[in-house]
Amino acid sequence: MGTADVEAVWRIESARIVAALTRFTGDFGLAEDAAQEAVAEALVSWPLGSPANPAGWLMATARRRAIDAIRRRTALKDRYALLAADPAVEEEVDPDRIDDDVLALMFISCHPVLSPEARVALTLRVVGGLSSKEIARAFLLPVPVVQARITRAKKTIAAAGVPFELPPAGERRGRLGGVLSVLYVIFTEGSTATSGDRLLRPDVAYEAIRLARTLAALLPDEPEVHGLLALCELTAARFPARTGPDGSPVLLEDQDRLRWDFSAIRRGLAALAKASTRGLGPYGLQAAIAAAHASAPSVEATDWDRIVVLYEVLGRVAPSPVVELNRAVAVAMASGPAQALAIVDELIALDRLPGSHLLPTVRGELLTRLGRRPEARAELELAARLCANQRERSVLLRKAAALG
Amino acid sequence: MPKYMLIMRGTDESNAAMMASIEEGIARTRLFIEEMMKAGVLLGAEGLDDPGLGAVVDFSGEAPVVTDGPYGETKELFGGFFLLEVSSKQEAVEWAKRVPAAPGSKIEIRRVPGEDEVPQDSTVQR
Repeated sequence: MGTADVEAVWRIESARIVAALTRFTGDFGLAEDAAQEAVAEALVSWPLGSPANPAGWLMATARRRAIDAIRRRTALKDRYALLAADPAVEEEVDPDRIDDDVLALMFISCHPVLSPEARVALTLRVVGGLSSKEIARAFLLPVPVVQARITRAKKTIAAAGVPFELPPAGERRGRLGGVLSVLYVIFTEGSTATSGDRLLRPDVAYEAIRLARTLAALLPDEPEVHGLLALCELTAARFPARTGPDGSPVLLEDQDRLRWDFSAIRRGLAALAKASTRGLGPYGLQAAIAAAHASAPSVEATDWDRIVVLYEVLGRVAPSPVVELNRAVAVAMASGPAQALAIVDELIALDRLPGSHLLPTVRGELLTRLGRRPEARAELELAARLCANQRERSVLLRKAAALG
Repeated sequence: MPKYMLIMRGTDESNAAMMASIEEGIARTRLFIEEMMKAGVLLGAEGLDDPGLGAVVDFSGEAPVVTDGPYGETKELFGGFFLLEVSSKQEAVEWAKRVPAAPGSKIEIRRVPGEDEVPQDSTVQR
């Protein structure tokens, strides 16, 4: 077995192993370290001789490393005595207990005491089973930065005394929202890369979808989990049509809809149906908007009135300037650019999206449609200056140049 | 991301062995499916019925010729599939090793290319 085989087993087992070890030792940081040591050992020893049961090997080795670590901590002598009595016995795994432990692992990785960047890194590492190198590649960061974030995150959790448990009922809703937003941040990094020379990074988006699928399987009665999954599936379904052969972005109106991934659309619509059981939350509403696009044969034949209504509701349950801006785009399609321009100008007057390239991008498009070409050109040039993605920037400059 | 199909190929003997303890087989398969769902990798799974209930459409001649199943004289029969979206071929292999398959059967692992791998100029004209 080679490196890729070890990584594959680790992908499948990491969450369960770290979760079980955290339960076993009561120490998340120690559990994660012990699990990483086991992987490092596997990378050395498996190429020489494959274990009959790779998953069991990893668990047993990680457990031994955890006991070693505890043994080194003289202050925890009593606990060691407790463990030493029963060091190598494979516990009968209770599937419900493991599910709760994996969930607890997600909640601890997305805990509010951590910085947003640390939550992302820790979730991908311990729940997703990615290496620091893979996380660094995904977020275009140097490996030591990712390693430092993870080390710091583990220290923060220990210092804050964060317990390894499912959040109490009163905090549950808010904490689940925290987990969902971490998954959405990861997805967004893949679906609209904030930097770099590629518009889409489907491998990064995939990690978020995979984690959302896990969460949906573990919490089947939480509508917003299905809402997030639906949003990710329906957005990713358009990936194949969103870039041209040279990697440049293709706008919705120009996308070849035959290239949309219809299996992903079907999965997204199925998840949306599960999200709709008790009224849609913010992710479910965004998924419903994505579904309206996914079910339309063309931009012209899209139900823009419905999309405007969905954005209005979304603006009420989760107000944000970006939602307002998207509502403006939908209004432009449903009722014309003049009404939309009023919404955009109000956002500018209130300075709701300072420094974002999105506002001048939309304003430039609306002014173009209204025939106000010099103003449109100035807006698009401003947008290009503010945009960090090179692919998007060149499209904006091309459009500005076309206005003469 | 790559998708892989795990294609179950049973023989008469392995199918008979499976049918001998079908309830246990179904229970173990359900647990396995649940495990893949919780890992976030399962996109679909189907088991196929008796090939005698199907048909074969043969394109050897000018017009398609339809005959009753089963298909040909193959020793190993396509009995069902799991469709997975995983991080690598190795992960697909690792999942395949965990399938509660009957002794004597085989699993063929095939890569399913994504829509984004289809050349852009090959789209059929509407």
